[in-house]
Amino acid sequence: MTEVLGVLLIAVLLALVVWFVGAPLRRPSAATERPSDARRALEAAKEAKYSEIRDAELDYRTGKLSDEDFRAIDRQLRAEAVEILHALDELR
Amino acid sequence: MAVVGRAALILALITSLFGIGASLYGARQGRRDWIDAGRRSVYALVAILTVAIAVLEIAFISNDFAYNTVANNSSLTTPLVYRAAAMWGSQEGSLLLWVWLLSIWSSLAVFLTRNRLREVVPYAVAVLLGFGTFFTSLLVFFATPFATTAPAPLNGVGLDPLLRNPAMIIHPPMLYSGYTFFTIPFAFAVGALITRRVDAEWIGVARRFALASWLFLGIGVLLGARWAYYEIGWGGYWGWDPVENAALMPWLISTAFLHSIMIQEKRGMLKIWNASLVLGASTLAIFGTFLVRSGVLQSIHAFGASTLGVPFVSLIALMTGGSIYLVVSRRDVLRSEHRLDSLFSREAAFMLNNIVLVGLCFVIFWGTIFPLISEAVTGTTASVGPPWFDRYTVPLALVLVLLSGIGPVIPWRRATLANARRNFALPLGLALAMLIASYTVVPISSSAPTVILFCCVAFVFGSIGQEFWRGWRVRRATSSDSPATALVSMVRRNQRRYGGYIVHLGIATLFIGVAASATFQHTHYVNLSRGQSDTVGGFTFTNERPTAAIVDDPSGTGALLTLGVYLRVSRDGRYVTTEHPTAEYYPDASGAEGPVGSLIGGDAVSELALDSTWRRDISAAINAVPLQASLQTEINYANSSVTAKALAGNPTLPYILLAIIAHNYLQHPPPAPLKLASSPLVMWLWLGALIVLFGGIVAIWPPPGAVRGRVRARYLARVAREVGRA
Repeated sequence: MTEVLGVLLIAVLLALVVWFVGAPLRRPSAATERPSDARRALEAAKEAKYSEIRDAELDYRTGKLSDEDFRAIDRQLRAEAVEILHALDELR
Repeated sequence: MAVVGRAALILALITSLFGIGASLYGARQGRRDWIDAGRRSVYALVAILTVAIAVLEIAFISNDFAYNTVANNSSLTTPLVYRAAAMWGSQEGSLLLWVWLLSIWSSLAVFLTRNRLREVVPYAVAVLLGFGTFFTSLLVFFATPFATTAPAPLNGVGLDPLLRNPAMIIHPPMLYSGYTFFTIPFAFAVGALITRRVDAEWIGVARRFALASWLFLGIGVLLGARWAYYEIGWGGYWGWDPVENAALMPWLISTAFLHSIMIQEKRGMLKIWNASLVLGASTLAIFGTFLVRSGVLQSIHAFGASTLGVPFVSLIALMTGGSIYLVVSRRDVLRSEHRLDSLFSREAAFMLNNIVLVGLCFVIFWGTIFPLISEAVTGTTASVGPPWFDRYTVPLALVLVLLSGIGPVIPWRRATLANARRNFALPLGLALAMLIASYTVVPISSSAPTVILFCCVAFVFGSIGQEFWRGWRVRRATSSDSPATALVSMVRRNQRRYGGYIVHLGIATLFIGVAASATFQHTHYVNLSRGQSDTVGGFTFTNERPTAAIVDDPSGTGALLTLGVYLRVSRDGRYVTTEHPTAEYYPDASGAEGPVGSLIGGDAVSELALDSTWRRDISAAINAVPLQASLQTEINYANSSVTAKALAGNPTLPYILLAIIAHNYLQHPPPAPLKLASSPLVMWLWLGALIVLFGGIVAIWPPPGAVRGRVRARYLARVAREVGRA
């Protein structure tokens, strides 16, 4: 009885796995999809740059950066952010 | 139901192989349907392996000794909670746990990245399923947990008593979660290198999963240390044991990675280094599993006899060779975008921190494998003990603690002298105050490394405290938050930064406990008869009376006999506490020790009695072996008096005789062989570890979406203004 139950369980498991894993292959053949990885990478770079700008500002406010250093760093970071935004615009 | 378990493993192997093929084919041909099928294979793996785990767990819980794994690692006297956890006490069960956790965390990673890194993910899925294939192959071909014997034995050998500890129920799953999590940043690094997409998006994914593996492995290491502390045979919370070292090495490398990835994030530097670290940490995680599971730790010859040794070495060679090839062949996309501006900058501090962490890892690696190399070359094992490790790790740890205070207070790119004066004044002042106090108030001046460490810790407390104070003041000045809300919102708006600071604070706290307990511990090994006393570190231990219990051990581990002693502890004549160290004796399933002797002829374990406060731990342990030897004459007599006929008439007779022996022990107790110890500030170690883990959780916790949205909108507007001017 236990053995029959075991075989039944294996058969059900196998059927479920085949059905679940094979589901995308049963759909109408998807055309090659152009991934939007370049855009997502730029979005991630933009987020990282904004985080860097925030960090520099906090460093400045907590006394780790002088006025002069902060202005220079902030200007450079914003310029880099602008470049990323330009690149994002070009992808649109 | 063993056939279901075996079938599930075979199905898991086939699914993994199919998923690898589908992912690679889909990636090469740009076929979304095949890529999706590959991803679904990872999800399916969880379900299939859950069936296998369930079959084995049911076998353990229901005492189905037809399974060899159950018979070798459990018994009728093993309590239910330990039977449920006994699976990972076995070779096969632990490998099954490994691959099951791998499938769970891989599914999580694949799910969270379902709409991201589309070029990278198929290769990452193939790598993750490659690990799945490796471990399911081991389970199918070399170490199956579903091997059975007919007829089934009536009883099992029982779980190793050393593993009958609450920490050991959760320790392996945590440790293995850490190990398996490391495969995720590895897989994504391989995918990113293959597709040459080592960009900001990959960094975000790799960092988050590296942090998760760091966190889980940290919890695993902490629980292991806690367990070792309670099992007196290990002699403390850390013994530089190869198994401990195996877990510590990837943790150190991932700590280095979590720091250096910030340099790549902010400055576009150290890309080769970061790729190497993330690949190296995962390889070390597999190396750790290899050390524990291949038998190589017992002996280099045991490794040769083990069926798992060669497959593991092959996998490590493949990972190492493949990693080196990928990094070298992709060096064009891994070129640094900037150079180091100044040696006095956060980047430089992080680089030094990386060198120290990798140096620490190398020392531990060498200390761990040196005995194996010496045995392979000379035939004899050259032991490398704690003094060897301490000689190299203590100075490196001192530098590391100091750096954990320096890093947070210096800015990226370049620090000026004026800023340095402003930021270092308080931490240096506190370090100086500690130096003076260590020669006047705090009695630690006899150990120079401890004095230096305490000064470094004071420096860290100063720098981190100052960072919190200044950040909090900024938050208060720019918002109408109450003081407490300002603190919380400050942390929530900068979780990575302040989570990291909390981790540094925890590390400093942890080292207070390590330094004090290692330097100023007092330990005595004595034999105390009833009424006798011994004084250790100012605490007087007096043997008040012996204790004995049959089938009633206080820690509920299933021991048949528990012997112990009540110790009254006092200081300067005043009562402090009463401790009750015990020795627990487990049955010998073979029956070779005779009908009575076999009841307690198996393993024997000493249970520590501990009284812990924030200032000191006082502990006592009783040595189980000589205590058992003192009963041997009576056991021999009892064995000879139990005839087969008497046993058939009264199966409980051996238990009755054991009770008589225990009663005689209470009437005429031998001197108790004790290890008595007094260790200062051990609780700080555990507290520090908990702070470290809390900091890790703060850093990994998803940032509040609303706040992020507001911040994003504000900065978008600001950058948009700049765009207008550009």
